[in-house]
Amino acid sequence: MALTVAQTISQATRTHLEENDGLLFGQCLTAVGWVGGTVPEMTEEEGIVELSMADVSGPGIAVGAALVGRRPIYVIRYQGFMWYNAAPILNYAAKSKDMWGVPCPICVRALAMEGGMGPVASAAHHGMVMRMPGISVFAPMTPGEWLEGWEWFMNHDKPIYMSEHRRSLLVDYEMEDDFSGQPDITLFPISAARLNVAHAVEVLQKEDITCDVVHLKWLKPFVTEERMIVSLGRSGLGLIIDTDFEVGGPSRGIAHELMLNASVPVHALGLEERSAGFAPHLDNLTPTPERIVERVREVVEQRASQRVTS
Amino acid sequence: MEVNVANRAISADSGFEPDPDFRNNFPHSRILEIFRKTCTNRFFEYEVARVFDSGAIKMPIYLSIGQEHVAAVFSEVMNAPMIFGQHRGHSHYLSFGGDMRALIDELLHRETGCAGGMGGSASIHCPEIGMVGHSGLMGDQVPIAVGAALGSGKTVLTVFGDASGEEDYVYGAMGYAATKKLPMIFLCEDNNLSILTEVSKRRSWSLVDVARSVGMKAIDLVDDDPWHIAQAVSELKDDMPAFINVHVCRHHWHAGTGVDGEPEWNRFELFREALCDCGLKEEMLRIEQQAKDEVQRVWQEQLQGP
Repeated sequence: MALTVAQTISQATRTHLEENDGLLFGQCLTAVGWVGGTVPEMTEEEGIVELSMADVSGPGIAVGAALVGRRPIYVIRYQGFMWYNAAPILNYAAKSKDMWGVPCPICVRALAMEGGMGPVASAAHHGMVMRMPGISVFAPMTPGEWLEGWEWFMNHDKPIYMSEHRRSLLVDYEMEDDFSGQPDITLFPISAARLNVAHAVEVLQKEDITCDVVHLKWLKPFVTEERMIVSLGRSGLGLIIDTDFEVGGPSRGIAHELMLNASVPVHALGLEERSAGFAPHLDNLTPTPERIVERVREVVEQRASQRVTS
Repeated sequence: MEVNVANRAISADSGFEPDPDFRNNFPHSRILEIFRKTCTNRFFEYEVARVFDSGAIKMPIYLSIGQEHVAAVFSEVMNAPMIFGQHRGHSHYLSFGGDMRALIDELLHRETGCAGGMGGSASIHCPEIGMVGHSGLMGDQVPIAVGAALGSGKTVLTVFGDASGEEDYVYGAMGYAATKKLPMIFLCEDNNLSILTEVSKRRSWSLVDVARSVGMKAIDLVDDDPWHIAQAVSELKDDMPAFINVHVCRHHWHAGTGVDGEPEWNRFELFREALCDCGLKEEMLRIEQQAKDEVQRVWQEQLQGP
């Protein structure tokens, strides 16, 4: 039976603590579900370090352990808390090698959540991390992808920000890119948007709008790969869909980069420009299949009308 | 000249009682070594100021004249800790054995500097002596120091000022160190100023009390006498983690070479007087001159360059 993402993380973590003298830091790791089953049921003596509720000193402590070679995993249970946690991670761990030639490899596991979580705990915030030099950003959604990010971390001496999503934890399959012969648009979903895109593509297909899907995992460094260019060359139109905010966010940045490389219009869709309320009708979620469908229709029609008038 | 702490926020219970026996029994050889390091630090800072004023140093500098003895004492009494300092770190670097030439090169923006030119005056880094560079975010070295102590099991000294001590995360980090009983000393070099804003204008509470509130032994050292510092550290290092707040008197501005009149007190002169009182005047004068000559010679050589 295939392992889920949660099981994969837990297993890899256990191995890291048992065989690599690694450490895992975080808040409320052990008392409430072991972070969705992603943290192995081990003790402090075995390397699970419960921190206090101090959200800025806590990551600083994990960074200190990284400095002395323990390759810690630091778990942030809600990515929204990254606004507290960021300082020592982005200002120290990410800069240490540039400043002093001293690697500070820390694996930050930051879990995005959505649905009634409110304005602080909601959403992915990988965009804020992508802005800073010295740290890689990876957004896995499958067991194999998580292991890819982990292997990268273990084979490099840089920090990594694993922008995880709670909706991935029960995923026990891999997601392949989807290329048709003649797409109308190429979709580039990130994080939980990858799950929503699957439904959107089905709806759009019924409207004779064919979509290529290129799943984005490596957000930084972001490399424009041949398959992306080939697909955009065929479709002539792209759309990045993200679980982070659209304005000033990674979706627009990646869209810009793809446009420069593929010379076709690439649009962006992320969280709306407003705070998330707790009530369902006031929430601000990963673009839903409905929003994705609506945006795809819009940009496809826009292109069609431009072709007519030109 | 007396130590004047009239304007300082002092804890009601300093947690410290000077021990005449400690002073009398502290070997002359060690106090003279502390004095030698103090002189080296001081004359080094004078050279930094001189070269800065000449325009050759094109970045902010953070001088420690007035408090240069603190690092000297710690280096003699603490055994090779990892050191997590802050922006005013020249004296710590030199006292704990950092290469003077590498620091000069750092201040002159050279690749051969101790941080390759990246750290400047504020972010001194020297793995050879266990000194870890500071990022510039005030006080962030404190939680990182806690993590280093936890992760390595080594003794750690973390140094910060009275202003950085107010950073939210410093309290959390100290609390965690106390919870985990980590081998650390938290040293606050309390010069009573955040740039120009005095402690009394910023807070009504004491860092010493904060340290005690998380279960840590803490001393508020009103008199920054080197023997007192040595005694305090000797007591604290057997009961770590521990906190020491040393009231010091910085002579220059927060950054740069400006001064605002005479300092409240001049510890260097007081140190000299105390050594004379110990019958060590001759040695004191010799050490002072040697240190001055050595520092000036090394600076001269480095300025001339390869």
